[in-house]
Amino acid sequence: MNRRLFPLLTGLSLVIFVTAPILIVRAPYESTMGLVQKIFYFHFPSWMAMFFTIFILGISSVIYLFRRKPVADRLAVAAAELAVVFGLMGLITGPLWGIKAWGVWWQWDARLTMAVILELILVAYLLLRQYGGPGSDRLAAGLGVFAMANVPFLYISTEIWRTVHPRTSVVPTLPVDFGIPLWWSFTGFIVLCLALLTARGRLEEQRAAVDKLYLALEEE
Amino acid sequence: MSEFLRVAWLVVRKDLRVELRSKELLFTTLFFAVSCVLVFAFGFVRGGRAVDGAAPGILWIAIAFSGTLALGRAFERERYHDALRGLLMAPVDRPAIYLGKLVGLLLLLTVVEAVLVTMVAFLFQAPLFQYPFRLYALLSLGTIGFISVGTLFSAMLVRTRNRAVLLPVLLYPVTIPVLIMGVSGTAALVQPEPDLAMARLWITLLLFFDVVFVTLALWTFEPVMTE
Repeated sequence: MNRRLFPLLTGLSLVIFVTAPILIVRAPYESTMGLVQKIFYFHFPSWMAMFFTIFILGISSVIYLFRRKPVADRLAVAAAELAVVFGLMGLITGPLWGIKAWGVWWQWDARLTMAVILELILVAYLLLRQYGGPGSDRLAAGLGVFAMANVPFLYISTEIWRTVHPRTSVVPTLPVDFGIPLWWSFTGFIVLCLALLTARGRLEEQRAAVDKLYLALEEE
Repeated sequence: MSEFLRVAWLVVRKDLRVELRSKELLFTTLFFAVSCVLVFAFGFVRGGRAVDGAAPGILWIAIAFSGTLALGRAFERERYHDALRGLLMAPVDRPAIYLGKLVGLLLLLTVVEAVLVTMVAFLFQAPLFQYPFRLYALLSLGTIGFISVGTLFSAMLVRTRNRAVLLPVLLYPVTIPVLIMGVSGTAALVQPEPDLAMARLWITLLLFFDVVFVTLALWTFEPVMTE
């Protein structure tokens, strides 16, 4: 992991996170939902960050399985932990918005169901890493591949199962006044995500180095 | 290709022979499945009548539970006398071993499901035999989807300490799409006005799931199992 990348990315995300609230405040009120709609600028980017990290988890799991590159494994752990965190953000902001927009905290709607299941898979991944014992890195990589492959099936099956949540087609057709703060927050989340990925990856790298030193010490 | 299938068949035959002699997996899984449905009967029968529309869910949950039990035991035999290492060291395609295990489990669960379907239809007054071929397609494709993931996970967990706990923990979240598709498809068949188009849609989706996950499992079995 690049040592200089982390401060650069952190600084950049800091700039975006300081300026984003100004843009969000200046964005017009949505006609039916009013103030509560502003959760959107937080809610949507956190889900996008989650999908981004699941994608990274899947790709690095494939690389680790077939090429055995330790860096891919470290990236996979970092991505999985971040995906859980961003998913939790989405799961918390979702009901906050839902109680205002739909009048209930929770609905067995397609997107919500899918979000919960994805979160479940990711927590299972972390459990496997934590309690799997030696060799669990390879097993976790296998699970990572299956987690990524599951996304389209979850999407389709829950979509047919039921839908109250606004369609994803809402996002590209958004008026510019709403769109600018949204994509600005989105960029902020992705940059923050990358910053945390590099930091977490480096932590894992150093942990592996310490483990190796301990082993070397015991052998002497 | 024929060599691949021959090896898979050898694994199936070996498992079948062991099973026919001991009948351990079949009897324990069957008994568990039956008691599972009975537990549901105590939960979902009120005032002498089954709750409306509960049958598909009960059927699939019973399949998932007893399937997990069978999956947990499937590689357990291979642990004794280092049989798994022997299997993996054999100069054959490793994915063929996976395929053999998968087919063996499928045969076992087919027997269990035949009993389960009859029992659920009988205890919950569900018209499950109205469209036998569609139900058969749903059940077999759903089972293949479930155990395609399950066989791989069970194989990779063989060497871990907490395998009994970790198998359901990993398996259920990943196979939830199968459960949604299976339950919804079965519900479309047994509801008062059957929706055949919907059932066909779910069957097609299950088929896609099976193709993707069996391919993925065959592809990842080798690197996951290599020490």
